[in-house]
Amino acid sequence: MWRLSRRTLWQAVPTVIGILLLNFLLLRLIPGDAVDVLAGESGGASAETLLQWRSHFGLDLSLMDQLQRYLGQLAHLDLGLSPRFNLPVSQLVLDRLPNTLLLMLGALGLALAIGIAAGTAMATWVGRWPDRLLSLAVLLLYSTPGFWIGLMAVLLFSVKLGWLPSNGFQTLGLDLQGPAWLLDRLQHAVLPVLALATFYIALYARLTRAAMLEVQRQDYVRTAHAKGLGPWRVVSRHVLRNALLPVSTLAGLHFAALLGGAAVTETLFGWPGLGRLTLEAVMSRDYNLLLGILLLSSMLVVLINIAVDLFQAWLDPRIQAD
Amino acid sequence: MNSSVLQPALSGYSESIWAALLRNPSALIGASMLGLVLALALSAGVLYPGDPLDMVAMPMLWPGDDPAYLLGSDSLGRDVAAGIAHGARGSLLIAASATLISVLIGGVVGALSGYHGGKLGDVLMRVCEVFQTVPSFLLVIVIVAIGNPTLGVIALAIGISSWPTVARLVRAEFRTLREADFVTAARSLGFGNSSIILREILPNALAPLVVTTSILIAQAILVEAGLAFLGMSDPNQASWGAMLGSGREQIASGWYLTALPGLAIIFVVLALNLLGDGLNDALNPRLRRYIP
Repeated sequence: MWRLSRRTLWQAVPTVIGILLLNFLLLRLIPGDAVDVLAGESGGASAETLLQWRSHFGLDLSLMDQLQRYLGQLAHLDLGLSPRFNLPVSQLVLDRLPNTLLLMLGALGLALAIGIAAGTAMATWVGRWPDRLLSLAVLLLYSTPGFWIGLMAVLLFSVKLGWLPSNGFQTLGLDLQGPAWLLDRLQHAVLPVLALATFYIALYARLTRAAMLEVQRQDYVRTAHAKGLGPWRVVSRHVLRNALLPVSTLAGLHFAALLGGAAVTETLFGWPGLGRLTLEAVMSRDYNLLLGILLLSSMLVVLINIAVDLFQAWLDPRIQAD
Repeated sequence: MNSSVLQPALSGYSESIWAALLRNPSALIGASMLGLVLALALSAGVLYPGDPLDMVAMPMLWPGDDPAYLLGSDSLGRDVAAGIAHGARGSLLIAASATLISVLIGGVVGALSGYHGGKLGDVLMRVCEVFQTVPSFLLVIVIVAIGNPTLGVIALAIGISSWPTVARLVRAEFRTLREADFVTAARSLGFGNSSIILREILPNALAPLVVTTSILIAQAILVEAGLAFLGMSDPNQASWGAMLGSGREQIASGWYLTALPGLAIIFVVLALNLLGDGLNDALNPRLRRYIP
């Protein structure tokens, strides 16, 4: 198992380098830089000040020099300084990362739990009314923008009923402790997690249904039935376990999409995470910050995919063989 | 001699697509829903002449308040119905061009890497992996920030971030098909690579590509809506996502301003997904391939 993960890690190295180069070049194409934005916001600055700022953040160097300097910093695990916040990029990103991870893992967990349950139910009663009803509901959910469901949930649960907060990640100005703090955080997380999860609930339900229908026709399932195993045992031990292979592959691939989708959800709910930080970085032309975010989130995706590989090796021991 | 290898397969193919469309209820429902939206988009200029972004009515009219403005007006007095009709045009145009770009890039990369394999194939798949690892929505945001939020740039950004799906699919098809007997036959008849790719393999790889295209258009509409919701939309073009974004401010006093454009998005995305599902069932009955 460890050999498998080490190999995958090595394979990821060229990908990460590619991402670094792609993003570095792409970001230099954005017109204007952070100093322009800073000067604009402070109501103009003299030419000398602009020069001074640019040389402070290394923006006056040529493209190749900037790349060389960045790679040099990176070798020391230093992501550089954010001109916008005047703080180290790594600190800014690590501050926001837990919030985004909470949101994403919550959404992914919810989506997998409900999606696999709904998909199993649909495949078990395929063609009958539970399948038809659930299929329709899932297709509707699959076609609805998550942030729109979020907005409608805000309308219902925050504006009309007043049950749940619609903004932020905790009540500001209160110094809560213990269970009260946890409850407060959970209340703030319900709507964002739901808004991010809806699309993926539908996706995993569809995938699980399709994968289970595929597996149900296999000979070993007939054998399991024939040797007298109960229907529930056949579904849980033989069908679902094998159907989870394609579902988990795609769950790993979707992690990148989920990370991007979090940008909209975080803006909608005022959730201080990486997605909103990305938007702030784009608006203020903060390349260092943007590059740091893109690099770290891509590496997060790589790590998640390694975790998925390990999970699959556990699901199906044959995977290790090749 | 040229046509003897090719013709029967191709004509049989297009026939089966139409026959499959007509036989499959969900494809039929999806296609007619999509037809409605297309008709609305095409007739937007006739139904609602003039700029949908102009202030024409009292602000914040509820739907039904004034028969002249069937779906009400927003906080700036813009006609919501006109916005939805013209927004259909913008959304479909962006989604269709984004998908075209993605199919073009993905098709070329997938065909080259699947047909030739080897070093070139490996390198192309590496590039593909890079684009799949970067969170695609963040990539779209960065590309839109490089250009300006115009229709073309938004379509390009969505296309650039979504081509790996197509490339992987086309590559898989080409890898299987290049070993098929009819390809060997064409090769032994002396056909060149490009004519084998374009006239032998491509028509046979079309079915999954058609299904994926309809799903990609649906996804592009959702991405465009999210982007416009964040304020990154063409300021001179009515768009459902932008209507959602500005209606959000009035969620407490006029929730219809967020509900209506949202329902429009759901309607067209549902139509495309129904069409995609129907085509998938009809064209791959044996494989039951599911492409999310």
